[in-house]
Amino acid sequence: MSQLSVEPVEEPREPAPQGGRGIRRVLSPVRSARGIARILLWAGAAISVLFVVLAVFAPWIAPYRFDQYSAGGHPFPKQGAPDATHLFGTTVQSLDVASRVVFGARTALEVVVQSVVISLLVGVPLGLVSGYLGGWLDRSLVLVMDALFAFPSLLLAIVLSFLLSGLIGGTVTAAALSITVVYIPQYFRVVRNTTVSAKEATYVEAARAIGARPITVMRRYLFTNVVQSVPVIGTLNAADAILTLAALGFLGYGVQPTQAAEWGYDLQRAVADAGAGIWWTGLYPGLAIVLLVTGLTLAGEGLNETLNPTLRTRPLRRVLLPPLPATLAPRTHRDRP
Amino acid sequence: MPTKPDPTDDALIEVRDLSVHYRLGGSAAARLLGRDTGAVRAVDGVSFVLRRGEVLGLVGESGSGKTTLGRAMLGLVRPTSGRILYRGRDIGAARERDLRRLRRDLQMIFQDPHAALNPAMDLGTAIGHPLRIHRLAATPAARHRRVVEALERVGLVPVEQFLGKYPADLSGGQKQRAVIARAIISGPSLLVADEPVSMLDMSVRAKILDLMLELRRDLGLTYLYITHDLATAKFFCDRVAICYLGKIVEIGPTTQIFAEPRHPYTRALLAAIPEPDPSRTVMRDLPRGEIPDAARPPTGCAFHPRCPHAFGPCGWEARDLRALLESRWTRIGDDRYRAEQSLFADLAELDTPGRRIQIRAAANAQGLLDLLTEMRAVDPAEPFWRGVTDIQIDGDRVVIEFAPPVEPHLLPMDEVAVSCHLYDANLSPDAQVSDRTP
Ligand SMILES: Nc1ncnc2c1ncn2[C@@H]1O[C@H](COP(=O)(O)OP(=O)(O)OP(=O)(O)O)[C@@H](O)[C@H]1O
Ligand code: SF4
Ligand SMILES: [Mg+2]
Repeated sequence: MSQLSVEPVEEPREPAPQGGRGIRRVLSPVRSARGIARILLWAGAAISVLFVVLAVFAPWIAPYRFDQYSAGGHPFPKQGAPDATHLFGTTVQSLDVASRVVFGARTALEVVVQSVVISLLVGVPLGLVSGYLGGWLDRSLVLVMDALFAFPSLLLAIVLSFLLSGLIGGTVTAAALSITVVYIPQYFRVVRNTTVSAKEATYVEAARAIGARPITVMRRYLFTNVVQSVPVIGTLNAADAILTLAALGFLGYGVQPTQAAEWGYDLQRAVADAGAGIWWTGLYPGLAIVLLVTGLTLAGEGLNETLNPTLRTRPLRRVLLPPLPATLAPRTHRDRP
Repeated sequence: MPTKPDPTDDALIEVRDLSVHYRLGGSAAARLLGRDTGAVRAVDGVSFVLRRGEVLGLVGESGSGKTTLGRAMLGLVRPTSGRILYRGRDIGAARERDLRRLRRDLQMIFQDPHAALNPAMDLGTAIGHPLRIHRLAATPAARHRRVVEALERVGLVPVEQFLGKYPADLSGGQKQRAVIARAIISGPSLLVADEPVSMLDMSVRAKILDLMLELRRDLGLTYLYITHDLATAKFFCDRVAICYLGKIVEIGPTTQIFAEPRHPYTRALLAAIPEPDPSRTVMRDLPRGEIPDAARPPTGCAFHPRCPHAFGPCGWEARDLRALLESRWTRIGDDRYRAEQSLFADLAELDTPGRRIQIRAAANAQGLLDLLTEMRAVDPAEPFWRGVTDIQIDGDRVVIEFAPPVEPHLLPMDEVAVSCHLYDANLSPDAQVSDRTP
């Protein structure tokens, strides 16, 4: 055996500087992504980043505001075909389609970020506590979460949006909250199940043995090892959140048109146009949805493939055989111990 | 060789009649309905005293309950019954809050160093964590100083190189040193070392054991050293306790136990100690079969199915006959096996407990009796027959009666205590184990 040396295809881990160690450790599987996973990850990331740029710089990128129907005293044409001033044309409300698509990215990003953050803040601690403490608390939480999970997600979002619109109006936050409820059970489940298996690890018993309180065990020992599965659901949920948001908007339960530009709402308004041969009002918001959802899904799947050990197939390593001493050479073609 | 502690030394921990049973599977519903799902008797009525400053070895095969006993001593698992007295308090009954405070004093070294450290925590933080938990350092600077000191003590030098490392960057031996550093930093009086070297390379084993002895000398530690390896126990322990199926079968000074092992199980273990050959670290096969299921331990003496000296009161039962038949059937030819098996109406009857068993014959009871008589004639030395007091035919069945089982208890003999009927004058006046050396 000592004659075989295994040469990693990639450079061995370089000693990282003290500071960024934690982040680097988390990101190291991403950097080491290979093959299809790598392509998925990068393509998805590129598309997503494009939309993030659109969202962040919307006021500078979009030619007009999302609710602007005139410029310099000249009202915009109604359902005007794409031309030099209105690159993607205008809608039945004389709004600039290009501007609405760009500002729609901003709405989508806001909703996704808010909903992911809120469901993380609720789902992860609940899952951790439930999985670690077990008992009746765990059983009842699992029951509630499973019930929520089994409920059709769009219906759940609609019900919540309906309730919330009475309280805080059809704002972006209301939309984000309605979507949140759909995703909390997913974070809860994943974190709870990982916790249940991680708490059997010796290092958790070791933490108890040095006198750590349950809250310390969860914060310092379980959390860091359990959250690693979360980014994957985060990206996958982000894609799903975009779709749910659009569906809410399309059905009229989403963000109110006065609050922000939203692709689902625009699509719904464009339904009537389609029959009249007015294609631009529907095509661009629709394309935006498809593209962003694809981008986020690719990134999510790429991450999943890279981070999830059960799916991961390690790239083969080359085994280098050192030259054998001449005397042994003929016998060791099929080497046996 | 470690120095012998003065026998008058006071007790650090006293364990009295401790039992830890793990409930077997069984859903919540089954428990609600009061159905008994059974239990694994991992530790079953163990008593001993751990003296201040000594190294007590806990030796036994896999599954004999060593780890469970060690965990119970630290309050990591609750006893089913019995007491663990430490400074006048019962660890087994202490509230979790009080236990946490006690854990400064009682620490553990784990078998698998690769799993005992949080993979996401660097060494400096991990080793300093007990200080933080118990508020033992006034300032971060003071904590840092003590971490550095602990790392130096366990030989992880130069310290600066190790402070920022993660467990994945260390070798097994280095991880175990880090685990030891974390265990000693809070100034404990007892270290439970659960097979601390069994997962390490041969080359580092001796170094870790040396380190542990050095720490004991410098810090006045007491060890409970759990192992299945008699060779390290001989080198490392002042006293050893031999465990079998959740019970201590022999306990006494290491030198005496190794010079004059009394319990048949200890003898078998010692006979199985490998020559100093590093590749053999597991015990060799004991006579006759496997360690039994701790959920259904044999009656009487739990060792009797494997014991070459077992006799009348050792706890014979139907299961032993079944084992005997099965071992016979693996030896004889296929045809005879089938013929003999067909004599029985239902082999499952050989699982019924009790002193008197009735075995129904498929056709004629005489054939069955003949088989048993033949078995006895072929191997009259088989200990099983010493436990049979009567075999009779009763209609279509054969009735076997066994001697009443007696459960052995630790009997003091010199400085050693042995749990075996051979040393009980009331049960075994004639049996002299010394002239039946295995
Ligand atoms: N958490 C648990 N739940 C149920 N049964 C358990 C549990 N832990 C241990 N057991 C059972 O208790 C018995 C004793 O186990 P224990 O780990 O104490 O033995 P051990 O002597 O340490 O063995 P080893 O040398 O393999 O470590 C075994 O039969 C084991 O299967
Ligand atoms: S009591 Fe002694 S002789 Fe009897 S089975 Fe047990 S060890 Fe063997
Ligand atoms: Mg063990």
